[in-house]
Amino acid sequence: MLSRTADNLYWLARYVERAEYLARILEATQRLASVPIPIAGGTNEWESAVATAGCENAFFEVYEEANEETVTEFLAFSPDNPSSIRSCFEVARTNARAVRTALTVEMWDAINGTWLELKRYGNGPTSREEFSRFLRWVQESSLLFDGSAYRTMLRSDSYWFTRLGVFLERADNTARILDVKYHLLLPEAEHVGGPLDYFQWAAILRSVSALTSYHWVYRESVKPWLVADLLILKEEMPRSLANCYENIVTNLDKMAGSYGRQGPAQRLARGVRTRLQNSRMDEIFQRGLHEFIQEFIADNNRIGGIITQQYLA
Amino acid sequence: MPAFDEMTGTEGSVRPAYTELSGWLGEVPPDVLDYRRREAEVLFRRIGITFAVYGEADSTERLIPFDVIPRILAGSEWRLLKRGLEQRVKAINLYIKDVYGRRDILRAGIVPEDLVFQNPVFRPEMNGQKVPHDVYVHIAGVDIVRVDADTFYVLEDNARTPSGVSYMLENREIMLRLFPELFSRHRIAPVDNYPDELLATLRSVAPDSSTSEPNVVLLTPGVYNSAYYEHSFLADKLGIELVEGRDLFIKDEIVYMRTTQGPKRVDVIYRRLDDDFIDPLAFRPDSALGVPGLMSSYQAGNVTLANAVGTGIADDKAVYSYMPEIVKFFLGEEPILKNVPTWRCREEEHLAYVLDNLEQLVVKEVHGSGGYGMLIGPSADKATISEFRAKLKAAPKNFIAQPTLALSTCPTCVESGIAPRHVDLRPFVLSGRDEVRIVPGGLTRVAMKQGSLVVNSSQGGGTKDTWVLDD
Repeated sequence: MLSRTADNLYWLARYVERAEYLARILEATQRLASVPIPIAGGTNEWESAVATAGCENAFFEVYEEANEETVTEFLAFSPDNPSSIRSCFEVARTNARAVRTALTVEMWDAINGTWLELKRYGNGPTSREEFSRFLRWVQESSLLFDGSAYRTMLRSDSYWFTRLGVFLERADNTARILDVKYHLLLPEAEHVGGPLDYFQWAAILRSVSALTSYHWVYRESVKPWLVADLLILKEEMPRSLANCYENIVTNLDKMAGSYGRQGPAQRLARGVRTRLQNSRMDEIFQRGLHEFIQEFIADNNRIGGIITQQYLA
Repeated sequence: MPAFDEMTGTEGSVRPAYTELSGWLGEVPPDVLDYRRREAEVLFRRIGITFAVYGEADSTERLIPFDVIPRILAGSEWRLLKRGLEQRVKAINLYIKDVYGRRDILRAGIVPEDLVFQNPVFRPEMNGQKVPHDVYVHIAGVDIVRVDADTFYVLEDNARTPSGVSYMLENREIMLRLFPELFSRHRIAPVDNYPDELLATLRSVAPDSSTSEPNVVLLTPGVYNSAYYEHSFLADKLGIELVEGRDLFIKDEIVYMRTTQGPKRVDVIYRRLDDDFIDPLAFRPDSALGVPGLMSSYQAGNVTLANAVGTGIADDKAVYSYMPEIVKFFLGEEPILKNVPTWRCREEEHLAYVLDNLEQLVVKEVHGSGGYGMLIGPSADKATISEFRAKLKAAPKNFIAQPTLALSTCPTCVESGIAPRHVDLRPFVLSGRDEVRIVPGGLTRVAMKQGSLVVNSSQGGGTKDTWVLDD
C-alpha cells in the first residue's frame, strides 16, 4: 500500500486515541479540583493536567496561569493548540478523508459523524454540566471509532497500521501520566505524602479507566506502588505499558510476516517488550521510577520514528 | 416557440421512449415521489458525494442537486450518437498527433497557425514527441445538446481531464435502489461496466517497456480539489492506488510510488491534474502538486499519461469551430455530429455580425470553462451587454459567439411539482490502443432554474440518471 495511506491511517488512529486521553485527563482533573484543597493537597491540578498532556511550553506561551478556564480552553477547544481535542478530531477527519477508500463505511461514518457533531459544541461549553457531557461524548466517539475499526476492517496492513497508531499513542499517554505523577507512586518507605494522596492515586487510575480493574487485580485498597505496577507491568491491563508493547510487537510481526521482511522497528519493539517482561517493580523502584519512565518515553518515540522511516516515508 | 421536450416533443404527445415513464408519473402519488427524492438526498450525503465550488466561502463540500426523473434515449438515438462520438474522438486524436507532428492540417491552411502556436494550451514540449500507441485523448467528455427530434449538436469537447462520470455511476445506483419498479418496466442498458472499460483502456496504453501487469495509478491534486470525491471513487472502483504528487518520485527517468514495501514502478498515470501542475521542472515552478521530473520520464517513453500532455489544443473553444473541417480532413467523412453554428470573433465579418446581434447571442471566452465568463445575450441587462461589447472590441480573438439554442427540456421535480427544465448530455468516450469504448448513456446535467440554460454544477445545475433503452 501507499506509504502516505499507511501514514494517514496510523495518524488517524493516534489522533482519535489522543482525543480520548485528553478527555480522560480533563475529567479526572475536574474531579480532583472539586475536592476541597486541604484534602487534595495544595498542588495546582490544572497545571499538572497540562503537563500530563505534554504541552506545557505551548500552554505558557499563550497563558499566564493554569486554571479551569484556560486549561479547558487550551486542551479541549483551542484551534491554535495542535493537540487540543478539537484539533485532534479535525486532523483525524482530514486524514480519514484523504484515505476514504482505505476505511470501512463504519469507520468513515464514525469519524465523519464525530466531526459534524463537534461543530455543535462551538467554541466551548456554556456550563460545567455541558462540559462533562462533552468529555463523555469524546470518549464515546473514540470507542465508536475504535470499535468500528476492530469489527469491520480487513486484517491486512491497513488494519495493522491503525493498531500501531493506537498502541504507540496509548503507551505514550500512560507513560506521560506516570512521568508527571511518579512522585506520588513511590514505595511506602520513601513516600513523603500522606493518606490524603488517595485522591491523587484514584485520579490517576481514573484517567486510564482502571479504578475498577485495580480492585479486581489486587483486591486491596489503592496503594501507590501497586498503581505503578498495574500501569507499567500488568499485561492484562489494557492501558499498561506491557500490554501496549505486547500489541505493538504482535502487529509489527504480522506486518513483517506479510511483507516477508523484518526490520529495525520489529527488533527495537521486541527489545522494549522483553525489558518490560523481565522487570519487577521493586527493581524499577531501586533503579529509579522516574528514570525508567523517561527512558521508556524516549524508546517509544524512537520506535515511532523508526516505523515512520521503515514504512511511512 | 417552446423548446423540444424529451418526453413530449413539440406537439405534446408522449414520445415512444417515454411511454412507460409517462404512465408511471401519472400513477405515482406526489408525496411518494417527494419522499423518494428526500431519500435520494440522504443517500448522496451518506455516500459523501460532494462537490466543491470555487470562490464560495465555507462551501468546500456541497451536494449537487439530483433529480429523480430519468432522461431517456431510444436505442436508435444512442446508436447515432455513438457513431458520431467515435468519429469525433478519432479525429481529435489524429489532429493532436498532427499538430505536434507533421502539421499537415496547418500547412493545408485549414486551422490557422496562430490559433495553435499562440494558444496558451499548446505545449511546445510535445513537438515531435511520440506517445504510446498514438493515443492522446484516452478519456473524452463530449457535451451534447439537442434542439429537436433529429438534431444533436456538440457544444464542447473536453479533452483534458473531463469529470462527472462518478455521477453517472452513482445516479444509476441510487435510481436502482429507489425505483426498482420503474426498472422492471424498461430494458435499460447498464453503465456499471464503466470502471472495467476504463481500466482496460488504461492498461492497453501502457508503454511497451512495462510488464504484462502494468501498474496503473490515479493522480489527484488532493482532498481540496473540487472533484476529489470522484478521484477517490474511481480509484476505488478501478482497484488502483489514488496517488498525490508527493507519493511519486522519479529515478533514472522511471516513475516510482512510495509504498510501505519500498518503491514500486508506475507505468500508467490517469492524471486528474492539469498540464500546468504536473511537473514543476517543466511547467509551473510553483506547483507543489506535481512530480518533479515527470515530463522527462514521459518524454523518455517510460510512463503513459492519460490524457496526454497538450490535448487542450483540441478542446479549446476557438479550435472547436474548426472541428467539422478537422473530421473531414483526417477521416474523409462528413461529420455525423454537428457543431453549433459558431461565429469566430477573430474574423472581421463574424465580429461585425456578433456586435450587431449581441442581444440574441451567447458569447464565450475561448479559454474559459465551467460556464464562467460568458454572456447570454437574451437574459443579460444593458449594462452587462455594453461591458461585454467593450471586452469583445478590445480582444476579439478571445471570443466566439453562438446563437441561443433552445436546448431540449426534460420533466424535472421542482418546488411546484414536475416541470420541464433544460438538459444537456455528457457521454464519456474511452480510446485505447485496441478500440474505442463508450458506455451507453452519460451524465445528463439539468438547469434547475426555470428558463435557465446553464447546466454547469458550478452554477447550480443538477444531474439526472440517463437511460439508453435496449430496444
